[in-house]
Amino acid sequence: MNDESNFISTQLLQKVYPATKRGQEDLTVFDKVNFNIRKGEFTTCIGHSGCGKSTILNILAGLAEPTSGSVMMDGKSVSGPSLDKAVVFQNHSLLPWKTAIENVAFAVKSRHPEWSLLQIRKQCVKYLEMVGLNDSYNRKPSELSGGMRQRVGIARAFAIESKLLLMDEPFGALDALTRGIIQEELIKIWEQTQQTVFMITHDVDEAIFLSDRIFLMTNGPYARVAEAVVVDLPRPRDRSQIVHHPDYYKIRNHLVDFLVSRSHELSGSSNGAEERQEESGTVDGELLLPPDVNPALA
Amino acid sequence: MKYDRIITAALLSVGFFLLFLAVWHIGTYQEEHTVEAVELTSEQVAILEEAGMSASDKETYSSQGLTFDQINQIASMGLTLDDIEMAGGLEAFGFTTGGAAEEAKTGFPSPALVWEEAYYQLSDPFYDRGPNDKGIGTQLKYSLFRVGMGFFLAVIVAVPLGFLIGMSPLLNMALMPYIQILKPISPLAWLPVALFLIKDSEKASIFVIFVCSIWPMLINTSFGVANVKNDWLNIAKTLECSKFRTAYSVILPAAAPTIFTGMRISLSIAWLVIVAAEMVIGGIGVGYFVWNEWNGLNLASMIFAIFIIGIVGLCLDLTLGQFVKIFSYED
Ligand SMILES: Nc1ncnc2c1ncn2[C@@H]1O[C@H](COP(=O)(O)OP(=O)(O)OP(=O)(O)O)[C@@H](O)[C@H]1O
Ligand SMILES: [Mg+2]
Repeated sequence: MNDESNFISTQLLQKVYPATKRGQEDLTVFDKVNFNIRKGEFTTCIGHSGCGKSTILNILAGLAEPTSGSVMMDGKSVSGPSLDKAVVFQNHSLLPWKTAIENVAFAVKSRHPEWSLLQIRKQCVKYLEMVGLNDSYNRKPSELSGGMRQRVGIARAFAIESKLLLMDEPFGALDALTRGIIQEELIKIWEQTQQTVFMITHDVDEAIFLSDRIFLMTNGPYARVAEAVVVDLPRPRDRSQIVHHPDYYKIRNHLVDFLVSRSHELSGSSNGAEERQEESGTVDGELLLPPDVNPALA
Repeated sequence: MKYDRIITAALLSVGFFLLFLAVWHIGTYQEEHTVEAVELTSEQVAILEEAGMSASDKETYSSQGLTFDQINQIASMGLTLDDIEMAGGLEAFGFTTGGAAEEAKTGFPSPALVWEEAYYQLSDPFYDRGPNDKGIGTQLKYSLFRVGMGFFLAVIVAVPLGFLIGMSPLLNMALMPYIQILKPISPLAWLPVALFLIKDSEKASIFVIFVCSIWPMLINTSFGVANVKNDWLNIAKTLECSKFRTAYSVILPAAAPTIFTGMRISLSIAWLVIVAAEMVIGGIGVGYFVWNEWNGLNLASMIFAIFIIGIVGLCLDLTLGQFVKIFSYED
């Protein structure tokens, strides 16, 4: 296998939360989750609430341990968090006693301990401006709106220029306009830095606009990554033009159809020849990866 | 709107205070005027004059509320008013005069008297007339020094130790039982132990303050440190912060409001305890001052000292409250 094709690879990830009360059953959130991400690829993950997306992201970040299975990054097993993996948290997680710029500076200083204060400040300002926070540097998170806080969180993750960028619904609290602007900034940064991105979203259009591939997760418990939808639309993509592309609605309908009905149908355990192979998560000793599906070719 | 409420509250506060003063004043005022001159009948006057009592002496006694029987007793002893005053007044002979009766019943000084005493004490707070008679300022100085020393030592021990306990669930489990047992012991119970071990009353009182200050700080610090939001620790982890940097730039600021709240509770308790400890230990300090004034029946001075204790306690609390405010954050 070449390293380019699986910069990140997860192998038979499983997460079980043990029962907390007597008589309750253990909760297996997801099971046998296998997927690969190529170097420099932009991937998103879509699935219903509670299927375990955030948990998978935390495992990729090294912040949580899977019950079983492993994650490889760049050929090495992920054993803990590191500066190689920047995280934008679902709940922004800013340090409330630091101002916006201090929050970003805290990250930059960790990345570049040798930098002067001026260099750190320049880097912070660059990324804060990129997310559109031009004159709120010196405000504390409690004095910022929800969307502004989230943007500071995004700036903090971008500013350390890591190899892998993990984002948990980063644009959830933003209005459509700001969201669009930051999505475009994100694509620009991604094209410049050639970071590998794994992002969770609930927004189908956002996923199509940004992604190379979209991982679709079935409903939990026993959630799986059912397939990887290939988005073969040409880049650079233009927000207003892309919807007129003949493939756009094929992809979009495929995604919506999955969310509305198939995510439910495929969930849990059912019988069938195919299923039995999937029971083990492997075929002939090889990991069973979710099939790449290109709705445009269907 | 907001100012309206503040002003109303202030007016109400002042009103309550005036009400309190009025009740106090009436309560003490009436007692002073219960002395009613005893009217003597002409027969009784004749008997007294026969026993050789001068008319002016007789007037004085009756105006002080002595009954005829009592006056007659004095007359039968053949003493003049001058003799009696020389010997220490009517009270010395076992007579309760109107004034003395009032004093014995409540003895409670009026607000005006306390105010006078306050003025007198505060006009020279640092006077020194021998070991048992020093100004309130000097007394406060000693008490504050003891509280300050004990509290400071407690901070030095409790904050780092609380940090360790908070960081390590193992230490927490191992030490919490002891903390829970030691915490409810009245700090004064340590006083004999301290006196026996240290054999120095000054150091013993500092030790008592140290002991009573340490628990709230220890518990609050470990609680604050243990309950730092996981999200914030995760940030430090993803940024590969060293243990020291995490402690210094994430845990410490996150726990600071809780730590300072612990200090605030400790200092309040320390101020409560020092008064009691000084009453027991004696020598000098506001606690002893109160006790000493009580023993000397200087009630006005005692009440003044009690007010001062309250005011100083308030100031200490406000100071620590400011620290809590500086270090608190809105999440
Ligand atoms: N500490 C925990 N103990 C027990 N169950 C947990 C715990 N944390 C998460 N879960 C369960 O794990 C499942 C997955 O949670 P997760 O946060 O990964 O969902 P998600 O897909 O990110 O959902 P959303 O889209 O709403 O953010 C949920 O059903 C949740 O109830
Ligand atoms: Mg989530």
